[in-house]
Amino acid sequence: MKNQIPTEQAIFDHQQGSEPILDKTWLSPTGFFGWFTHVNQRKIGFRFVVTSLIFFALGGLLALLMRLQLVQPENTLMGAEFYHQIMTMHGTTMMFFFAVPAMEGLGIYLVPLMLGTRDMSFPRLNAFGYYVYLIAGITLYLALFLGMAPDTGWFSYVPLAGIEFSPGKGVSFWTTMITFIEISALTAAVELIVTILKQRAPGMTLNRMPIFVWSILVMSFMIVFAMPTVMVGSVLLALDRTFATQFFVAAGGGDPLLWQHLFWFFGHPEVYIIVVPALGIVSTIISTFCQREIFGYTAVVLSMVTIGFVSFGLWVHHMFTTGLPHLGLSFFTAASAMIAIPSGVQIFCWIATLWGSKVRLKTPMLFIMGFFAVFVIGGLTGVMAASIPFDMQAHDSYFVVAHLHYVLIGGAVLPFFAGLYYWYPKMTGKMLSERLGQWSFWLIFVGLNLTFFPMHQLGLDGMPRRVYTYLHSMGWEDINFFVTCAAFLMAFGFLLTFINTFISPHKSKSAGSNPWQADTLEWWAESPPRNYNFRHLPVVNSRTPLWQKAPIHKVTGIRADRRETLITTLLDAKAQSVCIMPTPTYWPFVLALTVGFGFLGFMFKPILFVVGFFLSFFAILGWLWPSRPWLAEKPPEEGHPIRGLQ
Amino acid sequence: MSFWSKVSKNAFYVGMLLMLTLPLAYAQSQSAIEPASDQAKGISYIWWSMFWVALVIFVAVMLLLGWGLWKGRSKKPTQLSYLASRNLVVIAGVAIPLITVLCLVGGSLMLGRSLSAQPPDGALEVRITGWMWWWQIEYLDDNNKVIATTANELHIPVNRPIKLYLESGDVIHSFWVPQLHGKTDLIPGRTNSSWFEANVAGTFRGQCAEFCGLQHALMGFLVVAESKAEFQSWLKNQQSESQQPKNSETLAGQQVFFKTGCQQCHTIRGTDAAGTAGPDLTHLASRESIAAVTRKNSRAHLGGWIADPNGIKPGAKMPLSQLNAKQLSNLLDYLQSLD
Repeated sequence: MKNQIPTEQAIFDHQQGSEPILDKTWLSPTGFFGWFTHVNQRKIGFRFVVTSLIFFALGGLLALLMRLQLVQPENTLMGAEFYHQIMTMHGTTMMFFFAVPAMEGLGIYLVPLMLGTRDMSFPRLNAFGYYVYLIAGITLYLALFLGMAPDTGWFSYVPLAGIEFSPGKGVSFWTTMITFIEISALTAAVELIVTILKQRAPGMTLNRMPIFVWSILVMSFMIVFAMPTVMVGSVLLALDRTFATQFFVAAGGGDPLLWQHLFWFFGHPEVYIIVVPALGIVSTIISTFCQREIFGYTAVVLSMVTIGFVSFGLWVHHMFTTGLPHLGLSFFTAASAMIAIPSGVQIFCWIATLWGSKVRLKTPMLFIMGFFAVFVIGGLTGVMAASIPFDMQAHDSYFVVAHLHYVLIGGAVLPFFAGLYYWYPKMTGKMLSERLGQWSFWLIFVGLNLTFFPMHQLGLDGMPRRVYTYLHSMGWEDINFFVTCAAFLMAFGFLLTFINTFISPHKSKSAGSNPWQADTLEWWAESPPRNYNFRHLPVVNSRTPLWQKAPIHKVTGIRADRRETLITTLLDAKAQSVCIMPTPTYWPFVLALTVGFGFLGFMFKPILFVVGFFLSFFAILGWLWPSRPWLAEKPPEEGHPIRGLQ
Repeated sequence: MSFWSKVSKNAFYVGMLLMLTLPLAYAQSQSAIEPASDQAKGISYIWWSMFWVALVIFVAVMLLLGWGLWKGRSKKPTQLSYLASRNLVVIAGVAIPLITVLCLVGGSLMLGRSLSAQPPDGALEVRITGWMWWWQIEYLDDNNKVIATTANELHIPVNRPIKLYLESGDVIHSFWVPQLHGKTDLIPGRTNSSWFEANVAGTFRGQCAEFCGLQHALMGFLVVAESKAEFQSWLKNQQSESQQPKNSETLAGQQVFFKTGCQQCHTIRGTDAAGTAGPDLTHLASRESIAAVTRKNSRAHLGGWIADPNGIKPGAKMPLSQLNAKQLSNLLDYLQSLD
């Protein structure tokens, strides 16, 4: 069989009646042991989403425990030590183990579907990233159950996190697992970038790419630039702790503020790493539920790109009270406040889109409406915190706790749950219960406002954050009692959604391929999609392929008897070559284990890191060992366009 | 529409209810919006102006959104023309935020510049060192020499600028008295400075604001602002050496102090006790509170603290003492004579 650049006009169609062959080619092995060999993007993306939701639930339980401790002054429910452990674990879980993997997981699941391709660019790397994430998460929670969890806060400021003041294993667990999980974030980001730039359906120029895909692209680039800083920071901290280097030790010529610069240079973009994909979800859902194209596509995309850029220029607003020179700080005030403008552009593009349309107020759209109110409040208090004088009062007080939860829950969690209700039918083939969904939304929405709004007041009343208790005489007990009750209301709302996802598959009706009459390509696939996503790869000639009257053109010339997909050019998505995808394998799992062994071993005996290094070397050798059957085929002629990517 | 009414109702009720009722319940205010200095007043002014602007913006955005949705209730959906949409985005999404943000940035920078400027001449200079989990306070003379040392209680004269040199003995802490000024961090290896001028007399509570380990929550201190005369006499007393034991109980108490090793960590000027790991106890009885404002300074509390510091502040560096009742009673007699 000759290989050619497939074109939409190609006459010979290998896939005519090829479904059984495609099924066989793209089969993911079944059974318990098969589970460890999966490399398919939908399996990996789904695992990321489910695992991140489990961590979300765990992080939420920790938050409830904290609220129980703070329900009354001088409470003795738990000691300071345990409180600080769950406080650290709550922050770490929500930022590293829920928010980023959840958004990445959604991206991994949806991006290839939205682009009209069959898999991610590096399926095995994809699988590797998931196992790394899983191992890091399980390890950190094991540490919590063993009473060895980190207790210096999710920001781990030195010198408190240094060996002198935190001699136990807790902070070592933290630095190691943070470095480890960022490997996972980086692998996913790299793959998403390559997939988005090189595997778009023919005709899907950058200018026609779905806004959600744009948001994932911006997020991935942000991860690539932000995550290395926190990895460098935590490696330096590990060196300080293990080999007594003095990077952060003032007495040894180091500087504790270096840690803060490194941490927040990652830490602030991190917030937008979570929020930008959420903005993509919002645009997608608004467009679908108004049945209109988003107004100002270019403006919305450029806003997201701008937010991505600017977010790297405002980390110092976390350090307004550290005594840095005022003139230097002013730059960061301006940069932080400037974020209001791209955010404003987005919000008013959405309002312009919604204006006068018949909005269907189904659960996903309700969550988006909730997002509007909550995110605007969070944004406004964020602009306030950018003011240096005000920040000197608000910083490290409950005002900031309120602000950041408004931004993160409003800006990321509500849209994520909107996305969950929106794409659940695609992922499972079943609708989520609408009634439970509405209940869940209202409980969450009311609960979160009652929980976090009063915290602004607590902060102005002088309650510092990260306190495990407070005195009777402070006058903070009424609000704290109220807030704790409200937190349980909110938690109950989230619980309803979890229940919904469990019972709906058994009770609810089939979704069909496009239950919301949406416009993007993922709804062109079956629900749930087959392992190969699409029987035929689509050809795109507009921004809203499913809303056009004419039938979608199909790519032909892709072989069904091996894992093939199409590579297109970077800007205008012209068919360029065929890419052969790798098959299921154990090696990514084995590599994750050996890398995990090296990282964890380092905490106990530095030499184990070297052992892990060599074990990993063998695992990589196994991974790359040439075993592809098609290599035995006759080599293609000179100048042949086929390239394997793996 | 019930949605939007709920949003605003809920925000409004909660906000108003809490703002109106709770300040009344205060025994010990640490409120940033009850300022007692020019610095805190300036910040509180900027807060209230931002609050009202933010409220107007929030309500305007919600009304606009609500209006747009309301339009969709009519039988025939309408769509904004391209021009109208563009104007909406350019005016509401770019121009208005830009103007607001410029005003905010301008105002903040001006206030920030005056806050970070050097204090006027004649400031009282005080060095504050943060320790896990208490505050060491040293008064400096013109030659930067320490003239008096105390702990967890900063006395200041009203209407005189106070310049603070902020240092840390171990980890990062943050010095915060909401009624007097915003916070400034105490960072190992650095000396940060800050200044404020209280313009009413009173006792203001402050607290560590940067997470600094186990007892971060209970690392409080008091700032006592008093008239110039009161302050001078207080400072004069603090500069003097401690009272010598006057009766047999206090003498016995002093012996207990030395016999059980208290002097290894604590200083009592006028005696041989010169430890530096814990607070200076020279004028302990003159202080309002003990254990970094965790308890009132009474005989019972002091006794409980000495018997088992970790029972009150788990993780406190002061060890459990093995005193019998008589020893403890004598020790308390002695400590209470140190005014």
